[in-house]
Amino acid sequence: MQIHISATDGVPIYMQIVRQVKQLAATGRLAPGEEIPPIRALAETLVVNPNTVARAYLELERAGIVTKRQGSGTYLSAAPSPLSRREKLKALAERADALLVEAGHLDVALEDVVTLVRERAASFQTIAKK
Amino acid sequence: MKFPSPSSADAVVALNNVTRKFGAKTVLNGVSLYVPRGSVFGLVGENGAGKTTLIKHILGLLRAEGGTVRVFDMDPVRSPVETLGRIGYLSEQPDLPGWMRVDELLRYSQAFYPRWDAAYAEDMRAKFGLNPAQRIKTLSKGQQAKAGLLIAQAHRPELLLLDEPSSGLDPLVRRDILEAVIRTVADEGRTVFFSSHLLEEIERVSDHIAMLHHGKLAWCGPLDEIKAQHRFFTLRFADAQATPPVLAGARCFSGLGREWSVIGNGHRQELPLSAAAAGAEIVAERAPSLHEIFVAYAGGSGA
Repeated sequence: MQIHISATDGVPIYMQIVRQVKQLAATGRLAPGEEIPPIRALAETLVVNPNTVARAYLELERAGIVTKRQGSGTYLSAAPSPLSRREKLKALAERADALLVEAGHLDVALEDVVTLVRERAASFQTIAKK
Repeated sequence: MKFPSPSSADAVVALNNVTRKFGAKTVLNGVSLYVPRGSVFGLVGENGAGKTTLIKHILGLLRAEGGTVRVFDMDPVRSPVETLGRIGYLSEQPDLPGWMRVDELLRYSQAFYPRWDAAYAEDMRAKFGLNPAQRIKTLSKGQQAKAGLLIAQAHRPELLLLDEPSSGLDPLVRRDILEAVIRTVADEGRTVFFSSHLLEEIERVSDHIAMLHHGKLAWCGPLDEIKAQHRFFTLRFADAQATPPVLAGARCFSGLGREWSVIGNGHRQELPLSAAAAGAEIVAERAPSLHEIFVAYAGGSGA
């Protein structure tokens, strides 16, 4: 599980772990049912406080992304995330806003942004199939 | 796996209103802080802010002129053996006997600590790539730091105390030191207190932080709380500002012309009001990094 942490952009470290695990799951780099590293091992690899990793795992568990099995580790959930559609869209709205602001600054038209998103989605699916 | 929650635990180190002068200069001015058991406590501050002086008080090398210092609920000046035996200490420049060989240094250090774990020491020696037959004085600066860290850790101290451990070391040695910090706190809830001016490192590994500024605590508490108490704003003024603008509820730290970056304090309402009164518009807002909070307090203007 490849995660990159940056302590320079103000995003809390536990949030960076949450986002990247979600991304790895979405792109299929983590397969449903696959085990994710124990808290201590990931803390040592990333050189971050173990409590930070514990907090990220708790968030992921609450969001239904991972499932803890008593005494045997943490696994990527087989079932899709139980978040409601509205909650999911709400979570994405902020990221969409950032994208649109950036596109506006760069003078890229909305249609081109939509096309780009579709292209990226297609390349994600290619990665997931591999 | 469960890690102890620092908020519910007792204090390993408790400083209450500690004051210290060197001649006419007040180096520590009414410093009160608590290091919860099982926490990684990061102390930041500019050079000369009083970090090393504070650490010397915890070690009992200096007596508090005002206020009290308690370590494991004891006075470290009166009970040096009882406190130092439970502390692993690494200074910025470890003072190791240069004429000794690495294996001699390990045997020599072992004699001071009844709880020395020889197998653990040997593990670390191999991991750090220290040659047992090599003389200390011929080790590189990074290897000397590793040897110092090994000695600080091999008796599995309840409190690991590191004074600027990464100062002047290459990234690989710094990583070894930080990994040692992580291992220490992940093991049986032992406690780490370390000072550094590498804020990125502090932000990664600490859960509690304090900032010393001119001998006083600028802030102190859980890292999450300190970060939540501050917001990073970019303000755009109607006219170019020749000097950093002074705004209630914010510390300004950089900018030019019409756009300035400020760190707002916890009172969410205060900055938007004072910005509006000064004819400025908030054009961006986000969570600040520890580095940005530090710079705002160390070099910024404002209240």
